Amino acid sequence: MSFISVKNNQRIKFAEIPVLSYNELYNLIISELKDDANVHCVNYYGVPKGDKIQLICCLANDAKHIINIVSAIVSKNDTLQSVSATHLSFQLFEREIHENFGIGFDGHPWLKPVRYPHSAADKSQKIQNYPFYSIDSEELHEVGVGPIHAGIIEPGHFRFICNGEQILHLEIQLGYQHRGVENLFLLKKKLLQRATLAENIAGDTAIGHSLAFADAWESLCGFQPSKQLQLERALALEQERIAIHTGDLSGICTDIAYQLGNSVFGRLRTPLINYFQRWTGNRFAKGLIRPGKTNFPFTADLRDQWFDVIQAYKPDFIEMAEQMFDLPSVLSRIERTGIVEPQTALQIGMVGMAARASNLNRDVRASHPFGYYQILDYQPVMEPVGDVYCRARIRYDEVLRSVDIMSNIVNIMQFDNQQVKLGNPSPDSFVVSLVEGWRGEICHCAITDSNGDLKHYKVKDPSFHNWLGLALAVRNNEISDFPICNKSFDLSYSGHDL
Amino acid sequence: MFINDLKILFHQGKQFIPDVTTTEVPGIFRGRPIITDAKCNEQEIIDLCPTDAISASPLRIDLGRCTFCGECAFANPEKIKFTKDYKMATNDRNRLIVSDDSPVEIDADKIRAEIQKLFGRSLKLREVSAAGDNSCEWELNATSNVNFDMGRFGIDFVASPRHADGIVVTGPISENMAEALEICYQATPAPKILILAGTDAISGGIFAGSRALNRSFLDKYKVDLYVPGNPVHPLAFVNGVLNLVRRKK
Repeated sequence: MSFISVKNNQRIKFAEIPVLSYNELYNLIISELKDDANVHCVNYYGVPKGDKIQLICCLANDAKHIINIVSAIVSKNDTLQSVSATHLSFQLFEREIHENFGIGFDGHPWLKPVRYPHSAADKSQKIQNYPFYSIDSEELHEVGVGPIHAGIIEPGHFRFICNGEQILHLEIQLGYQHRGVENLFLLKKKLLQRATLAENIAGDTAIGHSLAFADAWESLCGFQPSKQLQLERALALEQERIAIHTGDLSGICTDIAYQLGNSVFGRLRTPLINYFQRWTGNRFAKGLIRPGKTNFPFTADLRDQWFDVIQAYKPDFIEMAEQMFDLPSVLSRIERTGIVEPQTALQIGMVGMAARASNLNRDVRASHPFGYYQILDYQPVMEPVGDVYCRARIRYDEVLRSVDIMSNIVNIMQFDNQQVKLGNPSPDSFVVSLVEGWRGEICHCAITDSNGDLKHYKVKDPSFHNWLGLALAVRNNEISDFPICNKSFDLSYSGHDL
Repeated sequence: MFINDLKILFHQGKQFIPDVTTTEVPGIFRGRPIITDAKCNEQEIIDLCPTDAISASPLRIDLGRCTFCGECAFANPEKIKFTKDYKMATNDRNRLIVSDDSPVEIDADKIRAEIQKLFGRSLKLREVSAAGDNSCEWELNATSNVNFDMGRFGIDFVASPRHADGIVVTGPISENMAEALEICYQATPAPKILILAGTDAISGGIFAGSRALNRSFLDKYKVDLYVPGNPVHPLAFVNGVLNLVRRKK
């Protein structure tokens, strides 16, 4: 009774994953989690197996740099003991399993729908009838916002319960963005279609998700990307990070009506994404990451252009950020606003940038390094408090850190573009691919059938872990501070809804 | 403190694009493709495309389906070339299908009379992301930044459909957003325009055929402008809207 331990992107035979009874799985998960901040669930999902369901649980151990995988076979009408009852970080995973297959979880605090997928077990549930938590009181009132919001952002519904201007409770209902991505991975048979799907899971994380897919696919094919390809991909991932972080700082300034910051950060993002256009012909670098190859090999000319862009960008960025974080009228809006205590972040299983802003060390680049990061020895940027200030400040610090990493990358590039042919995926195999996108931990899990074609594909965006963090962060804050809290997380709706 | 603000302002220089209708985009932007009369194996090119945007005899690309990945051009550089022309918006769905090197233009005869009369100097738009992946949304936000500054033409995005003269849809329109989109459209006072921004909105893009979509909204209402792109380039959007609402001198 134990796990099979793998490294990030290590291919194994699917049959090597131990199959336990659910009770054994439950006990194993509980004993493994035991208040250890180094262990968290990166994916927990069901795969149909005949008329039964095989639950696959992937627990990452950040200290040992391994991912422990284990499974159990259950029936669709089973009612299982809920892990969430004691470990809240499992609440959304169990809700998703419940929604997809009808499996019950005894002791789950709120076994509600997740995204109303087209393949839901109970099709009578409609997105219009989401069972919101409510409090019957004459003192309190409810505020409903969305699915369509005032700005140009993705749709989702926020239901607040307020006492005057103060938020007592926020429930976030998603699912409006559901496009059936995971199912499409199986229906679309061409590799290019699948790579295109991956970069459209969340268009703001085109590099992150398409890299997770490429890593998984290449591992299944036994393909080792060249050092040059690894460098180019790491450069793209960091460029995406600094572009979005810069844009988000602009958004944060918008939400506190700081016009100068809004304009300056907004325009500073432009040369960063235009650099992607110079390199890849697309401002979001869609088309850049392709399994086994690149259509846009890096050149010495691109290196020189990169230095020009960054030399112009960096002093203006630092000047603006220093001014912003020094301004009392900015600080009064973002300090001690929207706090996620470190203990809470751990409890609900937050990941990525938002977790690190709450002093929770979750960074796949350090804990489960992939590609170039395997030789980098990356040290994550951390902030202590978990308020909006920390989530803004961490963007500033991470941009500078990423610029350093990228400077190093472009300096050691060799510009050799030898292409090795990508083989076929190995049959009956399984792989977990983790990538640290700008939001945090992206996890793709793939299973192949006896012919080596995809049999099952599972996508998890970091937002899946972090939406509950936003709901808890706004408690006891003024409702007028909701936009700034929301922007400080900047979570993905489409990445969550798939 | 104020001195610092002035310094920052000074350091930005002039960031706006003086003429958004003629400016050249940097780098190797993949905009409107041109198709030459070079010989090629048409079926091979068709099979490459991830979204069935290419069809044969003569070889043509439907920009409403194209994801602008460029794969067809890499395999057949003599036959297909993506140019830096960002002016790809039109009001006629058929004009998105490119088979040679002629530009994609708006059919002036098909523009409803009230559009240029009412919206030529001021146009307020309500954006609805209907399962959009947030790249088109970022780009539509960028149309209002200090670089592209669409507001200088009196064109703005507004918070409520009640204040809007039209709806801009991004995304392939999921079943779960279908009702909200319909309500938003109904809440916009007539006369109103309907713009589809991005490949996902125009055809469903890579998501076409998914059972999680419900695109019946588009069967009911006439689309006034199609803006291709994956995502739409801000200049593609600004030029498309300007060509739709402004009378030619």
